[in-house]
Amino acid sequence: MSMLSYDFMQRALIAAALVGLLAPLIGVFLVQRRLALLGDGMGHVALTGVGLAFLLGTAPIPTAMATAAAGAFLIEFIRYRSRTAGDVALALLFYGGIAGGVLFASLAPGKASSSLNAYLFGSLSTVASGDVIALLALCLLVIALLAIFGREMFAMSLDAELAAVQGIRVRMMSTLLAVLAAVVVVVGMRVVGLLLVSAIMIVPVAAAQQVTRSFRATAALAVLLGLVASVSGLVTSFVVEVPPGPTIVLEALALFAVLAVIAVPLRRRRRRSE
Amino acid sequence: MSADSVVTVNRACVEFDGEHVLENVDLSITQGEFIALLGPNGSGKTTLIRAILGLQPLEHGKVALFGTPLARFRDWHRVAIVPQRLPGATSIPVSVWEAVLSGSITPRGRWRPFPRSSRQAAQRALESVGLWSRRHDRLDTLSGGQQRRALIARALSTSPDLLVMDEPTAGLDTANLQALTTLLAELHAAGTTIIVVTHELTGISHLVTRAVVLRNDHHESVKYDGPPPVPADFDDDVHHHHDDAHKPPPVELGPA
Repeated sequence: MSMLSYDFMQRALIAAALVGLLAPLIGVFLVQRRLALLGDGMGHVALTGVGLAFLLGTAPIPTAMATAAAGAFLIEFIRYRSRTAGDVALALLFYGGIAGGVLFASLAPGKASSSLNAYLFGSLSTVASGDVIALLALCLLVIALLAIFGREMFAMSLDAELAAVQGIRVRMMSTLLAVLAAVVVVVGMRVVGLLLVSAIMIVPVAAAQQVTRSFRATAALAVLLGLVASVSGLVTSFVVEVPPGPTIVLEALALFAVLAVIAVPLRRRRRRSE
Repeated sequence: MSADSVVTVNRACVEFDGEHVLENVDLSITQGEFIALLGPNGSGKTTLIRAILGLQPLEHGKVALFGTPLARFRDWHRVAIVPQRLPGATSIPVSVWEAVLSGSITPRGRWRPFPRSSRQAAQRALESVGLWSRRHDRLDTLSGGQQRRALIARALSTSPDLLVMDEPTAGLDTANLQALTTLLAELHAAGTTIIVVTHELTGISHLVTRAVVLRNDHHESVKYDGPPPVPADFDDDVHHHHDDAHKPPPVELGPA
């Protein structure tokens, strides 16, 4: 394959595979907790980090990571403090995130504001060679934390109060989940873009759950679908010369549609066998 | 406090937005008791249970579990609750098996693989409620009574010393009710302390050793605490209060 002879394309493929693998693993918890839009908000907040990086001349990935992580803590704090007004408070935070990102980027010297587009919708050529190491490290961190805390996070997302009575520290797990979502947003920022990265957390999960019967199977199938969508979407975007973010998300949505069609006779057959 | 004390509630008060939900609740439950917690809607049954389990902060008063004040209580594996439903199981598919195993997840176990003994206990619990053959099915595709049985298996798999059940008999058909009472009788005989929150004693009255009736009251929430059956005049009162749910509760100056 000739596209693999380009270094930038190799790096983009690695980045796409990492986000395709990780995003559904976090998304499955978000969907179960009915927080499907949390990743979306986290992407908005991370945009302020990217704007800041342009303005201050710092590296985008660490700056976005720090901003998104701070956003994760803030979101959990708001959700905990205000049960009813939390919804509106989150919306305010998200608008602030986008506005801050665009504003800081505009204030930055040079053509920073035009390259903001690459961060919003993803780009094939922006994954720098140093980024690959950073993305791999973040990936290993997420997988290690899931291996340790994943079961408690599962119990919490089934029922927070039952989990609390089992001694599980619900607030800690909830904050950890938000921080993990922030990490995934930053991992996906380069190739999928901040506006669409949460789709790769949610759409593969929504697709998988139509045909599965267990949490574990849903997570496994969602990871497979996420990988297929992100890698094939990236290749498509190389061939057709469009931004990778929208291509990846549309392929994920196409997989959702295919599974929705498959699910109908499957469910009917299961019902008959009961 | 006696050595076999399971739950101790001392002058517990809970308020929601200035409304008194629980007033001066005193309750002492010892090992092996089978308690029915009764009262109309809004009398604070569920709030009392939540307070006992540390899910509801108290305005005043104290709660202790197994002789340890709630703030310092860590032996949560000795306690299990059976909720009416598992709301989280309706968004992502969760198998019956996963739902039952989720009861054995603890912070202590986070550094090692899920223990084999917990799996075996979960299997025994599922077999005892007759749902082993359904373990691979989605929890939310089971009937209401079957889901309740799965949640009971979830609680039983940890072999709790204290089992709290929220309306376990509500909506059960005769067969499921029969299976439930048999199971509860076995648990009670084995020494498990059981608290059942319920509207009515139908079906389980022969198992209950003590009935605790709550009401909306400005001074004291517990209005009957003794052996079943609940005397008829308390029953009448229950219905009156149910009708008066929107009016402020009458001020009564009873003995403290």
